[in-house]
Amino acid sequence: MSSFSVTEPSNRSKWIAGFLVITYALITMIPLVWILLTGFKSPADAISYPPKVVFDPTLEGYVNLFTTRTRQTQEFLEANPPQNWADEIVRQYDMVIVGPSKFGERFMNSVIIGFGSTFLSIFLGTLAAYAFSRFKVPLKDDLLFFILSTRMMPPVAVAIPIFLMFRNLGLSDTHLGMILLYTGVNISLAVWLLKGFIDEIPREYEEAALIDGYTRFQAFYKVVLPQAATGIASTAIFCLIFAWNEYAFAVLLTSANAQTAPPFIPTIIGIGGLDWPAVAAGATIFLIPVMIFTILMRKHLLRGITFGAVRK
Amino acid sequence: MAEVVLENISKSFGNLKAVDDISMTIPNGAFVVLLGPTGAGKTTTLRLISGLEKLDSGTVHIAGRDVGIDTPAQRDVAMVFQQYSLYPHMTVRENLSFPLRSPILKTPEDEITRKVNEVSEILQIPHKLDNKATELSGGEMQRVSIGRALVRDPQIFLMDEPLSSLDAKLRADLRVELKRIQADLGSTLLYVTHDQVEAMTMATHIGVLENGRLVQYGTPRDIYENPGSVYVASRLGLPRINILPSGLFEGDHKGPQIGLRPENIIEGEGSEARVIRAEHLGDQTRLHLDLNDHPVVTLIDVHQDYPSGKVIKIRPHNPLYFDASGARVN
Repeated sequence: MSSFSVTEPSNRSKWIAGFLVITYALITMIPLVWILLTGFKSPADAISYPPKVVFDPTLEGYVNLFTTRTRQTQEFLEANPPQNWADEIVRQYDMVIVGPSKFGERFMNSVIIGFGSTFLSIFLGTLAAYAFSRFKVPLKDDLLFFILSTRMMPPVAVAIPIFLMFRNLGLSDTHLGMILLYTGVNISLAVWLLKGFIDEIPREYEEAALIDGYTRFQAFYKVVLPQAATGIASTAIFCLIFAWNEYAFAVLLTSANAQTAPPFIPTIIGIGGLDWPAVAAGATIFLIPVMIFTILMRKHLLRGITFGAVRK
Repeated sequence: MAEVVLENISKSFGNLKAVDDISMTIPNGAFVVLLGPTGAGKTTTLRLISGLEKLDSGTVHIAGRDVGIDTPAQRDVAMVFQQYSLYPHMTVRENLSFPLRSPILKTPEDEITRKVNEVSEILQIPHKLDNKATELSGGEMQRVSIGRALVRDPQIFLMDEPLSSLDAKLRADLRVELKRIQADLGSTLLYVTHDQVEAMTMATHIGVLENGRLVQYGTPRDIYENPGSVYVASRLGLPRINILPSGLFEGDHKGPQIGLRPENIIEGEGSEARVIRAEHLGDQTRLHLDLNDHPVVTLIDVHQDYPSGKVIKIRPHNPLYFDASGARVN
C-alpha cells in the first residue's frame, strides 16, 4: 500500500486512464483502419458481407488507382507477356495497362491548392490579427464581427453567386480561383484564432525591441512571430484540413484542369460499378500529407514557448 | 551620454492624468531617481522619454534635440522593464546581443562577444549565457534585462524598478554595482523606484512624484532634510516621519502640524509618552510610544531597556512645521 500523493496518480488511476485513452483511440481509428484494409482487398472481398477481416491482401486497388487499363483479346494477351508485377495483376481481368490515371494530377492539384491557400490564409491572417491585436483600428469590433460573419452560414449557401462570379472572372477551374476561395473561407478562422494567440503575447517584448533599436516591423518578425509559432502552427493545421477535405466547391467549380482529389476519388469506376479498393487506396494516400503536416507541427502545438519570461 | 530636458510634459489615459505638467532637467551624468507610490506617474514618465508613449503636450529634449516625433530607436535610449521582457525564444547571449545587432548599431561580431562577456561578468551570469531565457530564475532574468541595457552606450538609461524582484542580498550588491557602473561610465540614468533605500543610496537627484505631478526635485539630502510637504517628508526615512498636532508639545509653534523624524525626538524632558513596545532590529531599536493617543516612533540606544507601560518624556529637536493642508511652513 503506497501513500497518498497529489502529484503522482495511483496505479489504479493510471490503469483506468490508460484503458479509457486506448478505448477512445480504437473507436476513432476503426474507420481509418477500415479504409486502410479495404485498399488491400480484392473488389469481391471489399463488398462481401459479413465484412472480411482476414483476407488475401492484393495491390489491385493501388494499381487501379494509378493506372488506366483496357480489355484486350486473348491473342493480344498471349502475344504480349506481362511487363511487370502491376501488369500481372490486371491480366486476371484480361486487361492491360495503357497509361497513368488522373489521380497523380488530381493529387498534385490538392497539394497546390491546399498548401497554397493555407499559406495565403496564414500570411494575411497573421498580419491582420497583429493589426487588430496591437493597433487602434477604427471600428475594430465591427470589422472583426464582419470577418466572422462569413462563417455564420455554410459556405455552400453562397455557391451560386460564387459560381457566377468565378465564371465571369475566368477563375472557374483554375488553381488561383480555388486558392482564393479557400483563403476567403479560412481567413476569418485564421484572423480570430491568431488574434487570440497574439493577444497572449505581452506587448513588452515588442516595446523592448523598439527600444533596442528595431522598427515596428522588425520587432514583429523577430520577436512576435517566433512566439506566435504555436498559434500559427495550429491555425495552419485547421486551414489545411479544411482546404484539403473541401468537397462541395471542388465539385462545383473544378473539372478538367484544377480538380482536386476529393471530387475525383469517389468517381473511380471499375468493373461493374465503383472500384471500392481503388477508392480506399486513394483515400489512404490522400490522408498522408495532412498526417505528415500535423506530425511536423505537433512539437509546436505541445510547446508553450512564451511561458514564464514576463512577470505578470 | 546626454542631458535630458522635460518641459511641461503631460499624458492622460482617458480621464486619468498619468503625468501632469512635469518639467525637469536630468543633467548629463546624473543618476536621477523618480520616487513615488504606485500610480504616481513614474513609469509613464519613463515611457514618454523613451517614445513608447506619445506626449499629449510638452517637449522632451535629448542632447538638445527635440525628440517629439522620433521613434524609440531614433532616440537612442536603453530601458530596463519592470517585467524583464526577455525574448523567450532566445538564449541569454542572444538576448544580450540583440540590441547590438540592431540595424542602428550593427556592431561587429567580435565586439558583440566582448561586450556580452564583459556585462555577463558584471552581472554574475557568465555561466548562464547559453541558457534559454525561460530557464532562468526571476533574479537571473532581471539581471539579464539590466545587462541588455548595459551592453549599449545610449544617451540615457531608463530603469523601471529593475531591482524590485531580487532578493535582499542581490539587491544590495546590484545597487552598489549599478551605482559604480553609472559613475565609471559617466552615464545619465533615470531610475524609477518606490524603494527609498535605493533612492537615497544611488541618486544624485531625487524627483518625488504625486498623482502625476513633480512635487519636489533635489539632492537626496535636500529632499530628506527640507521636504516641501508632508507627502514628500513621508516618502523618505525609515521609520517614517511622525506627523503630529503641534499642540502636543509645549512652546511656540510655526504651524499646526509638526513633523518629527525618529532621530529628531529627544528623550528626557517635555511631554509625557507611554512605551507601547520596543522593536530590537540589531543595529537599532525602535521605540513605539503613545503620546496622548497619537502613535509616535523614535529610535533609542540599542542597549537600553524600555518595558511596555513605562512613561518617558520627549521633546522635539529641529522640527519641521506644516500647515493644515500639509505644505511646509518653516
